[in-house]
Amino acid sequence: MNNKRITVKNMTDKEYFFGHKACAGCGGSLAVRLALKVFGDRTFAALPAGCMSAVGFIYPQMAFLNNAIISTFPGTGSMLSGMRAGLDALGIKDTHVVGFAGDGGTADIGLQALSGAIDREEKIIYICYDNEAYMNTGVQKSSLTPYGARTTTSPAGENLPGSVMHKKNLFEIVAAHDIAYAATASVGYPQDYLNKLSKAALVEGTSYIHIYATCPTGWGTPTETSVSLAKEAVDSGLWYLAEYENGEFTLNRRPKEFFPVKEHLLKQGRFKHLKDSDIRIIEEARDKKWKRMLEHWK
Amino acid sequence: MDKPELKNFTKPESIKDYPVGPSFSGGHLVSVNSGWRTFKPVVALDTCTGCYRCYLVCPDGVIVKTEAGKVAVDYDFCKGCGVCAHECPFDAIEMVKEDLQK
Repeated sequence: MNNKRITVKNMTDKEYFFGHKACAGCGGSLAVRLALKVFGDRTFAALPAGCMSAVGFIYPQMAFLNNAIISTFPGTGSMLSGMRAGLDALGIKDTHVVGFAGDGGTADIGLQALSGAIDREEKIIYICYDNEAYMNTGVQKSSLTPYGARTTTSPAGENLPGSVMHKKNLFEIVAAHDIAYAATASVGYPQDYLNKLSKAALVEGTSYIHIYATCPTGWGTPTETSVSLAKEAVDSGLWYLAEYENGEFTLNRRPKEFFPVKEHLLKQGRFKHLKDSDIRIIEEARDKKWKRMLEHWK
Repeated sequence: MDKPELKNFTKPESIKDYPVGPSFSGGHLVSVNSGWRTFKPVVALDTCTGCYRCYLVCPDGVIVKTEAGKVAVDYDFCKGCGVCAHECPFDAIEMVKEDLQK
């Protein structure tokens, strides 16, 4: 392991997540692919029920090149702890223990196991690929689904604008454990993500990366815009790139001017029904959050 | 590119033939994904500058860095999502409709 900055020019040519059956243009599979390219051969991965376990482990296929196992849905954090304990007991050194869980597997179902693992300061890396709903089972609302998004369990109609709840503030919930390292990222900013992965690999303690990952199938977006949409989400202020280290929050990107929210949202099938009043609610929530972040974060 | 090779697999005939535990090593691939796509990316080598943006953002990792400092596509596993063509800063990748009659 070295401190050299990993870029597209010097990263390994080895593909650790290859031949998987994820939908075309899947942001989550890009997040897993890049993470494994940074962590390398000696990586042990655990994945709970979710898209990446569903597309990676289809018998008789095994799309992971490194060691990977499917964990119980709520038990990603505890399984990672167990894997680290096992490696310690066997005296196996220089390894990464990494979990890839979706937004439902992290913010809803797996939250207590994640909280426990952070509390025990396990040396593990937890990556949440956030595609903003339970996509693998057919687009059901999770607590990370944003306001106004249409899912099968938060339908849009005359009375409701889709999801009526805002996104759970999971990054700050994780940071509130006083975790060694936490960060948010987006597949639209891959270099920023690579930097954060390299940092997480060196942390002595728990690290958590929350990556915003587009889902063309669930969001009703063209497959080719997967990366540009994730970039736009950051530029419009609906998502943010930040880090938490040594008890302090740092904003990595401060857009001088936000990309128009309406234009960004209406590109997505799940937001097509939104009225101007709904978009105003989304903008107000965004402005409130950014005001707080700009005041209190570095 | 360093990627797992396609392996032959015979479907078990009865339930008794199925393994009871882990039975394959990592990277055990038995089928390609090329049948998924209707458009395929074609790289214009004279416009490609070798910035590898497409390599970085390909969700399937099917862009290959070539020795000439350009890129090629592994058509066995490309799903034709078009992210590479959309992200290319030099418009060097074009999505061409597959000839499905073949």
